[in-house]
Amino acid sequence: MNRARQRPPVAVVAAALLAVGFFTLPLVGLLQQVTWSNLAADLTTPEAAEAIRLSLVCSLAAVALAAAFGTPLAWFLARSDFPGRPLLRGLVLLPMVLPPVVGGVALLSAFSLRSPVGGWLNNAFGIQLTFTTWGAILAETFVSMPFFVITAEAAFRTIDRRYEQVAATLGARRTTVFRRVTLPSIAPSLAAGAVLTWARALGEFGATITFAGNVAGRTRTLPLSVYLALEADRQTAIALSLVLLVISLVVLVALRDRWLSRL
Amino acid sequence: MSEAWSINHWSRPIHSPTNVFASFLVGFVLLGGGCSSDTSAPKSPGIHGEITVSAAASLTEAFTALAKDFEAKNPGTQVVLTFDSSSTLSAQIVEGAPANVFASADQANMTKLAGKGLLAGTPAVFARNQLAVITKPGNPEQINSLADLAHAGVISLCGQDVPCGTFAAQALAAAGVTIKESAVTRGQNAKATLNAVTEGDAVAGIVYATDALAAGNRVHVVNIPASQNVIADYPIAVLAPAAKQTAASQAMAKAFKSFVLSRAAAKRLKEFGFLPPA
Repeated sequence: MNRARQRPPVAVVAAALLAVGFFTLPLVGLLQQVTWSNLAADLTTPEAAEAIRLSLVCSLAAVALAAAFGTPLAWFLARSDFPGRPLLRGLVLLPMVLPPVVGGVALLSAFSLRSPVGGWLNNAFGIQLTFTTWGAILAETFVSMPFFVITAEAAFRTIDRRYEQVAATLGARRTTVFRRVTLPSIAPSLAAGAVLTWARALGEFGATITFAGNVAGRTRTLPLSVYLALEADRQTAIALSLVLLVISLVVLVALRDRWLSRL
Repeated sequence: MSEAWSINHWSRPIHSPTNVFASFLVGFVLLGGGCSSDTSAPKSPGIHGEITVSAAASLTEAFTALAKDFEAKNPGTQVVLTFDSSSTLSAQIVEGAPANVFASADQANMTKLAGKGLLAGTPAVFARNQLAVITKPGNPEQINSLADLAHAGVISLCGQDVPCGTFAAQALAAAGVTIKESAVTRGQNAKATLNAVTEGDAVAGIVYATDALAAGNRVHVVNIPASQNVIADYPIAVLAPAAKQTAASQAMAKAFKSFVLSRAAAKRLKEFGFLPPA
């Protein structure tokens, strides 16, 4: 306790304050540009409402997909040992550092109508991903899922495995152990991962516009809408940016206190 | 800090610091474009140093070649090019992006900057362009006119407020064609709009004839008849010097503008499919 109360070094405080300024100044600049009196009107135009709705649908679907497939993947990365694991982890996390536009081009090469998989999906089932909401969801999942996987993998690694072992010795089956012991103990981490994933998906731009296109009502999510509105309808662009900012900030702050601090 | 926020697990295999550093460098060069060194007095009366030119995306190939020509003619100069839609570029300039020269794909964005007192001198038209319909190679959907775009599938157009988008809307109106907005994907600039056809699944698109030419055999070009086509004027202007800009960069910006308006440049622009100014 005493150590925590020691006064921090001046240089550290100064650097930290600079960092805070660096993060907050642009946000303050954005807030200054908001025309507060028109905010409600700017956000309720059909285009804005459509973009907000679409963004919520796509980002929540992306989180659901990331959780459904990311949890098993994280378990695999954390619990099994095989030679190519570092490479596999690198592959899985690559979308975090890949320029999203490149991610979009990569998705096109795999799932466009002229690609082997995308062509087969279209011929066999009549499914087209490009220019559809499913495409936007896929692009957001591609970019945001790594956030879920690293968080979940860390959780799988750090839980005390003795609880699982005890449960097993008491006769619980593997699925029961996972459901009743493992999952509850990593739930806060999974929730945190889901929140990060969601925040990333909500802000996704490059992969979405490249892979899914920019079609009104189908793939034109908030960030795409902001980009299109930026030159012509600046007020709407700024109002929409404000929505993105507020949603993300509220969620990150609230959930961090509630879930992450318990870890 | 909880481990949920920890990044220790993936710090090893990824080379992001290099990328970050590289992009930082690029950004630094771009930002520093206007105020490069002229501490040592020039030995020759010639121009020297570095300028930043903001040019419409449709000028990408042509201005890359013109900048090389200019640098070859004027040793010791460097032309830094930045390309995007004219509307994005003009918005950046209004926000204080340190460019020295602006080459727009329409008059509207140039007029916008003039209205804000951001130009030094008057703009001059150096080229013209027209629109063309592009489809996938071999034209599998048999698109032969603007009218065929109405029910062909997803069509790639520029953003409604980007010059090529405004012109496309004019051309479609002239042809009496309406495309449902839900069948339109909007690119942020002419190149992105073209890429939706070449890389993506857009059935066709409307871009500048020069972009269609530059795409070579990656697209099939359908000409738009003159009665429906739109001719776009490309003006160029030197931008009002920012606070820290040197006289050298201002002189070089003027020289670059004169060069773009020269006969040699006109020949180059023609190679890339641009029409001469009216």
